[in-house]
Order: sequence, then C-alpha cells, then structure tokens
Amino acid sequence: MSEVLTTARPEAKARPAGKKKKHPSVIPGFGLTMGFTVLYLSLVVLIPLSAIFVKASHLTWPELVNILTDKQVLLAFRLSFLTAAAAALVNGVFGLLVAWVLVRYKFPGRGFLDSMVDLPFALPTAVAGIALCAVYAETGWIGAILEPLGIKVAYTSLGVTLALIFIGLPFVVRTVQPVLEDLDKEVEEAATSLGASRLQIFTKLILPAVAPSLFTGVSLAFARALGEYGSVIFISGNLPMKTEIVPLIIVSKLEQYDYAGATAVACIMLVLSFSLLLGINLLQKWAGGASRAR
Amino acid sequence: MNNLSGTKKLKALGLGLAAAVTLSVLTLSVLPAAAGPAKLLNVSYDPTRELYEDYNKVFAAFWKSTAGQDVSVSQSHGGSGKQARSVIDGLDADVVTLALAYDIDAIAEKAQLLPQNWQTLFPNNSTPYTSTIVFLVRKGNPKQIKDWDDLVKPGISVITPNPKTSGGARWNYLGAWGYALAHNNNDSAKAHEFVAKLYKNVPVLDAGARGATTTFVQRRIGDVAISWENEALLAVKQLGKDKVEIVVPSLTILAEPPVAVVERVANKHGNGKVAKAYLEHLYSEEGQEVVARNFYRPRSEAVAAKYAGQFPKVKTFTIDDTFGGWKKAQKIHFADGGVYDQIVKAGK
Repeated sequence: MSEVLTTARPEAKARPAGKKKKHPSVIPGFGLTMGFTVLYLSLVVLIPLSAIFVKASHLTWPELVNILTDKQVLLAFRLSFLTAAAAALVNGVFGLLVAWVLVRYKFPGRGFLDSMVDLPFALPTAVAGIALCAVYAETGWIGAILEPLGIKVAYTSLGVTLALIFIGLPFVVRTVQPVLEDLDKEVEEAATSLGASRLQIFTKLILPAVAPSLFTGVSLAFARALGEYGSVIFISGNLPMKTEIVPLIIVSKLEQYDYAGATAVACIMLVLSFSLLLGINLLQKWAGGASRAR
Repeated sequence: MNNLSGTKKLKALGLGLAAAVTLSVLTLSVLPAAAGPAKLLNVSYDPTRELYEDYNKVFAAFWKSTAGQDVSVSQSHGGSGKQARSVIDGLDADVVTLALAYDIDAIAEKAQLLPQNWQTLFPNNSTPYTSTIVFLVRKGNPKQIKDWDDLVKPGISVITPNPKTSGGARWNYLGAWGYALAHNNNDSAKAHEFVAKLYKNVPVLDAGARGATTTFVQRRIGDVAISWENEALLAVKQLGKDKVEIVVPSLTILAEPPVAVVERVANKHGNGKVAKAYLEHLYSEEGQEVVARNFYRPRSEAVAAKYAGQFPKVKTFTIDDTFGGWKKAQKIHFADGGVYDQIVKAGK
C-alpha cells in the first residue's frame, strides 16, 4: 500500500541525502522477520499447495492430458475464467464508484453503508448463494420481473457472474478507499483554477492516482471469484457443459474418490491463476513505473 | 510513519500470534483425553439429521439403563461421499451411517478402518431401515404425473440432484434405469435412451438432495422432483398437504442406506462395545419405532404393520439384483466416462 501512497505524493519519495545506499541498519531484525515470514508462508500456503502437486503426480502424462482435454472440463474452465473476469471488471467500475461516494460525500447513513460493503466478507457464501437464487429465480422478486423480458438469471452464466460480483465487491472498495482518502482535494482545486475540465481532472489526476490500487482490487476480486464455490453452486444450476464451474468439477471428481483427477484439475487451476496474478502484478509494476517516470 | 515502532509492534504481534497458534494446537491435542461417559461420533448423510437426533436420546436412555453408562452421541451430516472422504482423511467417526454401501466400501478399501465384509456384520445387509425413491408433485398433480414414463414426456420439467455429487441422485438415476429395464425386457440400450430423455428434462442439478427439494418446493421450479421417500414425507409434513403431494411410481428402487462400526477408530477410543450396541439397538422394537417415526421404512414387520398407513405398498427392485451391487453400478454408470457422462455429453 505504501507504494500506492507514494504515487499520490511524489515528494514523499525524496529520501534524506547521504542515506541512499546502506539499508540494513535502519531496520534491524531482517533475519528474524524474514525467517518468520518464510516459515509462516510455508505452513499456511506452500505446504498445503505442494500436497496438491504431490497427489497429482500420481497420474501419468497421458492420463493428465486426457483429464484436461475433456470437453466438460474445458467448458468449466472457460465458464470459470470468463465469469470471474466479467465480475471483476464490473466490480472495478462500480466498486470505484462506491468507494468514491463513501470517501467524498458526507451524508446520513454513510457509516451504515460503509459497513455494508464488508457484508459479503462476513456472510457464509452459501447463504449469499441461496439468497441470490431466491431473488433471481423465475419465482423470486426480481426474477419474476426479468423472466417476461426474456432475461434468465438464476441457473445461467449470468447468475454465476452475479454471485461472483457479490463476493468480489469489498475487495475493490476496500483497496481503493484509502487511496482516495489520501488524495489531496487542493490538487483538484488547483487543476480547476488552471482551467482543467471535470473529465480532465478525473482522467489525468484521479484515475492515475487510483489506478494501481484499483488494479490490485480488481485482481483480488478476480482471484477470489475463480475459487468461489459456496455461493455459485446454488445459483448456477450445475448443468454439465453449460453452467459447471471448475470447483464443482473438482468436487464431483472427489465424490468418486478420484483424488488424482481432482488434484490434476486443481493444479491447472492453480498454475493458471498464479500466472495470471503474477502477470497482473508485473503489469501493475510496469504501469506504476511508467506513471512515476512522467 | 514511524518505521521503528511500527516494526517492533509487528514483531510483537508476530510473536504473539505464534504463541497463540502453538497454544491452541497444544490444547486441541490434549483435550479429548477426558474419561468417564462414553462419547460417540456418528458420521451420517444429509437427510438423517432428524432421525438421529431422535434416536440418540432413545439410545442414551437405553444404554444408561442396561450398561449404567452415560453416552453422548455427536452427529455429523453432509453429502454421503463427502462424509466418507472425511472419515478416510481422519475424521474420528465411531460409526458411519451413510446413503449407500459404496461409500462405506470406500472407507474399508482406502483407509482399512473396518473389515471388507462389514456388510455381513449386522442383519439385513447392515441396513436397519430402507427407503424408496418417489415423486414429489405440486398440489393436485396438475401435470398428471403417475409413473416414470411421464417424466420423459416433452415439456415436463424434472428436478433431481447431480449424480456426480449426490448419493440420493444416484438412487434416483438407478430407479429410472431399473424401471426402464423392467419395461424393455432388460434391454440396456433402451434403458440408456430412457434415462437420457429424462435428464434432458432436468433444468437444474443441485449438488445435494436437500438442495433439490428446496429448488422444487421453495423456488417452485419444476413439475416433479425425484426424491427419497423419507425426504418427500418430511417435505409434506413441514409444508402441509396443500403445497405438494407424493406420487408413488409402479416400480421403484429399494434404497438401502447402510450402517457400520468404524472398528479401528471405535477400538482406539475404547468405544467398541457401545458403538456396536448403538447400531444393534436400531434393529430393536424401540429403534424401529424411531426409524418409522422419521419416515424411514422399518425392517421389523410388527412396526411396519403399525405404520402401514404412512408407507404405501410399493413394488421395488434392489441394487444387488438389478445392478450387481454398488461397486459395479458406480463403475458402469457414475465413474468418469461412464454412462452418465455419455448421456450428459450427448445431450449437448
């Protein structure tokens, strides 16, 4: 987050002269904290994840290829990635809007609204799925209105996207909000007095400052959506080849005690998600560097 | 930001966290050593929640009076396959009461926690109660659904869960298959066609049996739901007869949810005797009463006669006779690339 802050206030980057080279002495205890970090990450993330690869390694290559080129599995991958991306993008736009409203305007009920943003974090996802399904099914409040218009939400990919939007929203809002809070209003006032239009202020001032955090928020929402199971299975209808998400494929393989098959799919999911997140991170670094160079 | 105090705080926080984690791990590993009253864990599947809540009280009273020991039984419920997997992966179940024999077979095979011949250790193939597969339709049966044939008609919307993730759904599928076999001189190609037609009429495949009931009853989706009889009776009881009705098909499958003592775990806990008694008592007059009260068909003829009004007479076939047992049925129909997969892929 501190990187984000520095983009907003370039002058904060200037370090006192003479202290540029020698870092380690400023904050002691690097060895201890780094050791702790590595241990912690290993225990919490690396060891469980490596178990997946160990299990999957029971498969031979042809078996692996067979599982992963299965039409049903491929279609599930397509659905998972497309809906997750769509949901993340929608959240990018509307999450920014929500964060903006929460930061820039004072109105009664703002605190209430603000805490509402966190609800998707707290709510068990199954509850969210059941609630969404109840509202958007043909017989639900909103579903009953949309149905005559020919729009089906529950049990289609639209419903899946909707559930993913729901669970992803807080990621965008909560990453963008602090950056918006730190943006100096005076800069905008100065820009106005220099004759900048509102659109110019938004595109040239606010957006570049918020972009890195928005990027982070969107990629977090995307990553979360990829792995989501609980809320989606209630609204997706789980129709094979149509509305099956990758996690459901994994669960149905487990249900047949096919641990190797399930972990094979999980591995690919993991590799794809990791490379995507890594790519997004690098892109963000690169874009951040470019904007700072200006 | 003041970096120095910041890191110090973080470090303190980190150490605190580490201490907390270690402490909680230690407590967790020490706690279950308490002696005294017997503690059983019954790992079961989804719709038996009400049944075992009821039975546990009855058994506790029985065990207190015969063995003089207090016993408290904890229950765990979920999809049958998921529950079996938890036991394989180390959930300390003293007894398992699951939806199908295949799941207990898996525990015997993969984790060797009980003998391979577990199904011979209690009467009636270790199934103290049975159920069947019936139809749940809307009040007044507006689509006039009488039998399996009506489910494959065009325009009929059928609710059944996903056979890949639900044990109950597999019974449903096999019910349809067995019916089609019986009506087509055991021609499995015809049965394949029949079941494929049926699944074309399914708009939603819920992950579990309860989910499917909810979809049908609460979301009001579908004209008919294929369901466990006990689940259907429960739905009617809870919702009232003015919402849904039960239709019993002319021929259906006898669903046999089996029970077993997970011997290695029970012996380790010193629960071997009480675990065995827990399952044996299910066969007693008293146990069978509880079973029937909770809409499962009792094995005891006396109790069955008493509850005859609740359970309509129905012609059934068994999985062993028609499909050669669960292992075979699972392999042919539900494994990856099996008949169900073929149906699904051809349907697109």
